[in-house]
Parts: sequence; structure tokens; C-alpha cells
Amino acid sequence: MAVLLLAEVMGDDLSVDSTAKALTAAAQLGDVTVLVAGGNAAAAAAEAAKLTGASAVIAVSDASLANGLAEPLAALVVSMAGDFEHIVAPSTATGKNVMPRVAALLDVMVISDVMTIVDGDTFERPIYAGNAIQTVKSADAKKVMTIRTAGFDAAGEGGSAAVSDGAAADNPGLSEWVEDKVEESDRPDLTSAKIVVSGGRGVGSEENFAIIEKLADKLGAAVGASRAAVDSGYAPNDWQVGQTGKVVAPELYIAVGISGAIQHLAGMKDSKIIVAINKDEEAPIFQVADYGLVADLFDAVPELEGKLG
Amino acid sequence: MKVLVPVKRVIDYNVKVRVKADGSGVDLANVKMSMNPFDEIAVEEAIRLKEKGVADEVVAVSIGVKQSQETLRTALAMGADRAILVIAADDVHQDIEPLAVAKILKAVIDEEAPGLVIAGKQAIDNDMNATGQMLSALLGWSQATFASEVNVDGDSAVVTREVDGGLQTIKVKMPAIITADLRLNEPRYASLPNIMKAKKKPLDEKTAADYGVDVSPRLSVVKTTEPAERAAGIKVGSVDELVAKLKAEVL
Ligand SMILES: Cc1cc2nc3c(=O)[nH]c(=O)nc-3n(C[C@H](O)[C@H](O)[C@H](O)COP(=O)(O)OP(=O)(O)OC[C@H]3O[C@@H](n4cnc5c(N)ncnc54)[C@H](O)[C@@H]3O)c2cc1C
Ligand SMILES: Nc1ncnc2c1ncn2[C@@H]1O[C@H](COP(=O)(O)O)[C@@H](O)[C@H]1O
Repeated sequence: MAVLLLAEVMGDDLSVDSTAKALTAAAQLGDVTVLVAGGNAAAAAAEAAKLTGASAVIAVSDASLANGLAEPLAALVVSMAGDFEHIVAPSTATGKNVMPRVAALLDVMVISDVMTIVDGDTFERPIYAGNAIQTVKSADAKKVMTIRTAGFDAAGEGGSAAVSDGAAADNPGLSEWVEDKVEESDRPDLTSAKIVVSGGRGVGSEENFAIIEKLADKLGAAVGASRAAVDSGYAPNDWQVGQTGKVVAPELYIAVGISGAIQHLAGMKDSKIIVAINKDEEAPIFQVADYGLVADLFDAVPELEGKLG
Repeated sequence: MKVLVPVKRVIDYNVKVRVKADGSGVDLANVKMSMNPFDEIAVEEAIRLKEKGVADEVVAVSIGVKQSQETLRTALAMGADRAILVIAADDVHQDIEPLAVAKILKAVIDEEAPGLVIAGKQAIDNDMNATGQMLSALLGWSQATFASEVNVDGDSAVVTREVDGGLQTIKVKMPAIITADLRLNEPRYASLPNIMKAKKKPLDEKTAADYGVDVSPRLSVVKTTEPAERAAGIKVGSVDELVAKLKAEVL
């Protein structure tokens, strides 16, 4: 049975981590063809061809595909759907934007955020902010789904799949790209980092967030935030961890000044080791923390930073 | 321009979810239900468009059990002008899948001909994040998901979207489907006089059959289970103790 995996592309680069994790999931379903679409997909396709488990790579370069716009990208995936029983993408902002559109165009349900593949039609996914896990069995002829990458290891780089060129579908011309505001950072990516240090409302201001970032830099970690910290303007939106933000599962997650609302826990409770620093000993975050420190973060975080490394 | 806002009745976001012992689902009997938080944001945005003179009518639509009336009354109390309830289930435990919801919404839209639809990004019960995108596909309209800023300008809208790397701004042709993210606005509370007034606003009742849409699920639920519990850890007494633990275990 054949699987089409829509690779995650940013600019002209392959997002290796999310693509490689989704590939691990996809490979459990059958022979995987990786579709790499972009303004100029050649380099990203060459990267994808190296991933272990990719049987074939199709590169499609077209100006309409340069910015991940949903309509032309979905039209492309649908134009290729005929040969595949499973159509898969990582649960990134792009995957979540495009795959439900693909599913509706094929008149099938989308299966969002798959965390476990039971068999070719049966999948586990979290519901209610991860407070319940649902096993669903699809009755559709084609299964269109997004993969929760935190649940799968990244495929390695031992492959050498053949790359062929594909053609873009007609662009319905419904939307145009205006601009991207993307912060360039030397820090590791939030969803692939081994260590994440997150700050919450307790941090108090955008200026104070510097102490979170300093600790993160000392540890070579990514920086995360709670919704309250993002809503208050202390941190940018793409740092939000949780039910409606990013889902992370690093080796070490340090939550600072975060109370531990279920919506936040939904995005980080699969981390291997959780550390919480909070001045309220009753804070719910301590119920999931392996190591809890009841302390004022303005004392504890600089001290911790000083004593590490 | 008419704006249509789909609103879903879901478990209140503050309620602790209980998985039923027989694995059949989540217990929703005698549980506080509310409007999906993202849909409150969508209703707010639609009302603001009306206040700015961009929209002239806001219609709220809900699909599900009869009790979704309450959710629609909330939308009316916030400032929606009219509501449509499409009854598609009689047991609160029966969730209508995004594909079926989108098909019903498409049928409603074929009749109502709105210039814009603002939905929520995600329902906090099934966490699907799919309905807006599916509806957009069925209608062949443009889509702007995860919106944190919307500016309607004649026959197009400029929308800023929350994406993985930060923010993306796109320009979509109208009519369009927009889905609301958390930071689009802060929804208002309905005032008591507005709650009273809402009781007199029109609320039409239809059924899924009226629109000829089959709502049988494509995904059957095999079982619903509790997630693995995390064992509670320990409290450390000092930063030194924490550093020692971290050095021993991860760093
Ligand atoms: C639909 C919906 C979706 C949501 N999605 C998300 C999501 O994806 N991610 C998310 O995080 N939230 C989400 N939320 C919000 C969530 O419910 C909480 O409101 C939020 O997580 C709270 O953030 P916080 O812990 O930073 O703030 P608070 O709950 O205000 O906690 C602040 C904590 O800081 C501590 N503190 C204060 N000062 C200090 C100090 N000096 N030293 C040490 N500790 C201190 C306090 O004791 C407190 O525990 C969502 C909510 C809804 C309704
Ligand atoms: N049964 C429903 N009735 C009305 N609107 C709905 C319904 N289900 C989903 N929606 C809309 O679609 C959005 C996304 O839901 P979902 O795709 O289920 O995560 C919600 O925020 C609502 O705006």
C-alpha cells in the first residue's frame, strides 16, 4: 500500500525534523513517496531523498507553491492522490492548514494529530487537550491525516531515493502571499530541541523574559512560553506551548512561572523530565513535575543559570 | 455584507474531563457546557466588523443537539443579529464530524450567501482544527486560518496568521473563510440588557435532513481511554539540589 507524505518546506529548505518524524509514522503504513513542493524545491527534494524510509521523492517547483498557501498546495496534493491510500503530513501550521482542505476535496474525513498508528485504518489521537485518547477506525477509502511529530523518532539519513519532477496543479488564484514575519534565531527549534525552558505570566514582562532566555542559552535550549505570556506580549506567538500551540517532548522541560493549566500541560506533559519553578507550592504544574522548586523565579533562575555549566 | 459565524457547544474549558469507565467516550452528562472559546473570538470579530460598518448582519449557526440553542443565545447576546440551529443529533455524546458540519454549513451558506465566514480555529473537545478548511474546500473559497488580525477591504481581506515560525500575512479574495486564533481579539461579555434582548432575536430551527446531509461518521470510535498518568515527582529544597539532580540525570 502506498503512502504520500507531504514534506514540510520553509522557504526553499526542507524542515528535516518534522518531515523525518512524519516519515517514521508514514513508513509504518507502506511504501512512502515524499512530495516536496516549493518555489524551488530541488534542494529540499535532494535533502528528503536522503531520509531513510523514503522510497521515492517528487519535487514540484512553482511560484504558487513558494509560501505554503493552502489552495494551490491542496490542489497539488489532490492531483496526485489517485495512486495513494494514505496521504500524510506532519501536524505543523502548514499541515493543519492544508490537509483538511485536501480531505474535503476528496470527500473523506481528516484524521488530525495522529499519535499512534494501530493499523492501516486505525489510529490514536488526543482529544480534550490530551485528557483523553481516542482510537478511531476510518471507513474512508483514502486516509488523510496529520502526524503529531512529538510521538515519533526522526528517520535517519541513510537513504538514497530517486527524485523525479512533478507538475503543479492549476492555481485557483484565491489568495496571495504578502509577507512573513519570522524571527531568525540561533537557538534550536522548539519542537526538536532536547531542552526547552518556558516562561509564564509569572515572568512579568518582556524585559524580564531575558532571564528565561539566558538560562536557555546556557543550556543550549529552545525557549517556550505559556499562552498568558504570549497574550501579555512577553513572548512571540510561535513560542506558545500547549493545546493550541506547539507540542513538545524534550529530554528536559523547565517551566518557570507557569501555573500548569491543562491547556499548557497538553503541549509538554510527554517531556522526559519536567522541572517546575513556581513560588506557589499549590501550583498544578507540580503535579506533573519530576523536580519542583518552590521559589521566587527572580532569585532561582539567575542562581540556576550561574551554577550550571 | 453578511457575516456567518459557526459556533459549537462544547464542554466548558475549565471543567475537568472524565473518561467514561466503559471506554465509550467522555462523560458529558451534567457537565457545564459553553461556547467553544475560539468561536467567542469569531463572534466578537464579526460584531466588530459590524460596528465598523464593514458588515451589516451577523448570523450565528450551530449544528448539534437541541441544547445548542443556549450557545446561539450567547452569540445573540454578544451582538449577533440572527441564529440558525441545525439539529443533527439527539444525544450530547454524539459529535458531528467536521466533514458533515462543513457540508451542512455549505448548504446554509448556499441559502444565506454571506460575504465572509469566521469560524473558530479549533473545537476544544475533538481538537480537530478542520471545519473551516473543509468548508472552504467545499465552497471553493479562499481560506485564511489561525488569524490574529483581519482587515477587510472591499473585495479582499488582508489577514495575519499565526504560523510555526511567527506570523504570515496573506491577502484573500472575498468571499472567504477565516478561522480565529487566540490573539485576534478579546471577546466581550454580554450585558444583562443584551441577554434579555437576545431572547427576542430570531432563532430558526432546521435539521440535517432539511439540507439533505448525511451525518453518519466516517471515523468510528473504537475506544476512548485516559492518557498515561505521570507519576508525581519530588520537591527539591534548593537550587543546588536541583542542579545536582539535573547533572545526574540529563545534563
Ligand atoms: C481555548 C484555550 C486554549 C488555550 N491554549 C493554551 C495553550 O496552547 N498554551 C497555554 O499555555 N495556555 C493555553 N490556554 C490558557 C490556559 O488556560 C492558562 O490560562 C495559561 O496556560 C496560564 O498561563 P500561566 O501559567 O503563564 O499564567 P498563570 O496561570 O497566571 O500562572 C502564573 C504562575 O506564575 C507563578 N508566579 C508568579 N510570580 C512568580 C515569581 N516571582 N516566581 C515564581 N513563580 C511566580 C504563579 O504562582 C502562577 O502559578 C488556553 C486557554 C483556552 C481557553
Ligand atoms: N457542530 C458545530 N456547529 C457549529 N460550528 C462548528 C461545529 N463544529 C465545528 N464548528 C466550527 O468549526 C470550528 C473548528 O472546529 P473543529 O474543526 O471541529 O476543530 C469551530 O471553532 C466552529 O467555529
